[in-house]
Amino acid sequence: MENPETGQETETFWIEEAMYKILEKTDYSDDVYMQVIEAPQVAATAQAGQFVILRIHEEGERIPLTIADFDREKGTITIVVQAVGKSTRHLQTLGKGDSLANFIGPLGLPSEVEKVGTVVCAGGGVGVAPVYPIARELKKAGNKVIGIVAARTKNLLLWEDKMSELCDELIVTTDDGSHGRKALVTEPLKELCQDGSVNLVYAIGPAIMMKFCCKTTEEFGVRTIVSLNSIMIDGTGMCGACRVDVGGETKFVCVDGPEFDGHQVDFDLLMSRQRQYLEQEKISNDLFLECRGDKKCLT
Amino acid sequence: MSDVEKNEGEKKKARPKKTSIPRTPIPEQDARERARNFEEVALGYERDHALIEASRCLMCKKPKCVAGCPVGIDIPAFIQALVDDDPAAAISILKEKTSFPAVCGRVCPQEEQCEKVCILGKKHEPVAIGRLERYAADWEAGQGEVTMPEIAEKKGKKVGVVGSGPAGLTCAGELAKMGYDVVIYEALHKPGGVLVYGIPEFRLPKSIVQRECEYVESLGVEIKLDYVIGRTMTVDDMLENGHLAVFIANGAGLPAFMNIPGENLNGVYSANEFLTRANLMKAYRFPEYDTPIKTGRNVAVIGGGNVAMDAARTALRMGANVHLVYRRSMDELPARREEVHHAEEEGIDFHLLTNPTQILGDDEGWVRELEIIHMELGEPDESGRRRPVPIEGSESRIPVDAVIMAIGTKANPLLTKSTKGLELNKWGLIVADENTLATSKKGVFAGGDIVTGAATVILAMGAGKIAARSIDRYIQGQPLLTPEEEEEIRAEAEKLREKAAAK
Repeated sequence: MENPETGQETETFWIEEAMYKILEKTDYSDDVYMQVIEAPQVAATAQAGQFVILRIHEEGERIPLTIADFDREKGTITIVVQAVGKSTRHLQTLGKGDSLANFIGPLGLPSEVEKVGTVVCAGGGVGVAPVYPIARELKKAGNKVIGIVAARTKNLLLWEDKMSELCDELIVTTDDGSHGRKALVTEPLKELCQDGSVNLVYAIGPAIMMKFCCKTTEEFGVRTIVSLNSIMIDGTGMCGACRVDVGGETKFVCVDGPEFDGHQVDFDLLMSRQRQYLEQEKISNDLFLECRGDKKCLT
Repeated sequence: MSDVEKNEGEKKKARPKKTSIPRTPIPEQDARERARNFEEVALGYERDHALIEASRCLMCKKPKCVAGCPVGIDIPAFIQALVDDDPAAAISILKEKTSFPAVCGRVCPQEEQCEKVCILGKKHEPVAIGRLERYAADWEAGQGEVTMPEIAEKKGKKVGVVGSGPAGLTCAGELAKMGYDVVIYEALHKPGGVLVYGIPEFRLPKSIVQRECEYVESLGVEIKLDYVIGRTMTVDDMLENGHLAVFIANGAGLPAFMNIPGENLNGVYSANEFLTRANLMKAYRFPEYDTPIKTGRNVAVIGGGNVAMDAARTALRMGANVHLVYRRSMDELPARREEVHHAEEEGIDFHLLTNPTQILGDDEGWVRELEIIHMELGEPDESGRRRPVPIEGSESRIPVDAVIMAIGTKANPLLTKSTKGLELNKWGLIVADENTLATSKKGVFAGGDIVTGAATVILAMGAGKIAARSIDRYIQGQPLLTPEEEEEIRAEAEKLREKAAAK
């Protein structure tokens, strides 16, 4: 089959009908949205801390996303996404009734949840979503859970209500003070550590946020778990694109993680590797924005 | 009179003459041209080529080539069919033993197997068995109608196969022919395993893999994509949920790195990642396809196997100057001669007897230079190959924008760690009986790279066949080996012992 525009052969190898239905979609802001996807085989074994990989269409890339919630009975997985590049912007245009080409998971190791005492669950930006099911499990295991929900500004705050229902205590911060306390996530975290009653910290969000959370807790020797979001392709250990340095050893986020002891993670390397395709991501994104709304252009 | 007709006329006294016909070259795309495209390099025999080449076969009474074939194809018989200009008969004979002749004809290392032991090859060049196999398979594809094998009555018994690579597809196909309900679980979004993510289009067009997968489906096999066994479902789940037996053929997996400084710099790829981006995700057609890939102007590929050749030639086709860095000499290079020859023709720069010592980057974390040290060959090591020894002070640097590590793979722990009671060896590979492929876990069989470590497509297919036989016997409650087979294995082992003793 030849593409009339490019004159190139288009891929015809084993194209199956897109079968993963989007059942629900909610926009939280211009860039952040939530989708509930029907994937019973993934929901059947999904656990807190794991991730999925999805592909929108035949020419699409494989995007890893941490599971924000799952419902075994309904057979659904919830994802919360921040539109930053072409694929996540494209996904944002899809809603109820649309379908995804592929939805693979659950991948990675689940969170190791046990009763340790008091746990701080800090989520930065969309990082609040993956923190939520972990906090729920920690609570179920009998821990006292203190939540920190942080964002740059008010309209980027997520799931304050869900977290407040779940947590014994909830702290809300924004960098600009537009809602909750005007502070960086590290400030309340430091205060809690100073109190001396914190046994474990979960910090999930942008790499820079996790890096500074770990710096904060390291001083107090409070064990801190982070969930890394490196670049991936297959998500099953085959490609090694997601490698990170943990305690001087190379680990694969997809099979050894995604959760690691944050005090051992080389965040600068992680951030450098995350920037690997910035140039190409821009080309893709610009092309996408140029033909926004033109379906033919999109696929 | 054409060569073919002459040959026909002289058939009776042809035996001495056969040796005077040179091995028929396979038409190929011009090296300069193909270095810039992803189309298949070897174009395949036309009918005339096939008739001449087939006529070279000595039709040995005790053919060595059959024993040299991991799946035991009746090679003289299919070649005789080609001599008779009956490709339909040839394909039927091939399909008695291999489900994928179009793949085997292209990527099997024939020079190490059937062609290596060809009697004609003792004094002359061996019969081009692989090319003839490919000719018959391509003929079948070209004429449209696919020869279907006999399929036994449905037994209503379910078997699960993990992985849709050569081992999995073969095993599934064989079991389906016996009447089993077979489901293949594939982790990726396309079936074919290494045939799709690993071997590039220019060596094995994906249209061929598609045809082979469709053929397996037409036998009644169900292929479930996006299913990661070990995560989406475990082997134990499979056994609890109606699968009477499971064949694990999930491939080797985790890429190995050298543990030298700079390996985590941006621009350092494992061959698996590089080839997966290019082949499976079609990154060489970015931005038409979303997945990016970055080669830059200068690329170094580390390693000397077929995967290294594939990565090097893929990078070349994306416009890079490619340096291949291998620590031993040309004689030890493990890649197929044909691939090495093609790579040289296309302009890959071979740095033999050199080994990387470190990768140097810039302030932004990008690869800039590869430091290599020159090597000399010392005493033979355990593998019998002369051990490369670094020459002190001989370091030099190559400016590079990307480095591709093609030095092999390690076992993937994802499935094995989640399966209870599965014995592994020290490398994390599954321990399976070499004659039955039975593992330490009841009802579970394993084969292909997850048992042998990285090997060839045809060995994986051979394993798929053995596993199918074992699974059938296991489900029927029979011993996995017949007394005759056990006797044969004993005799074979005895022979090997005698040989070793004689040495």
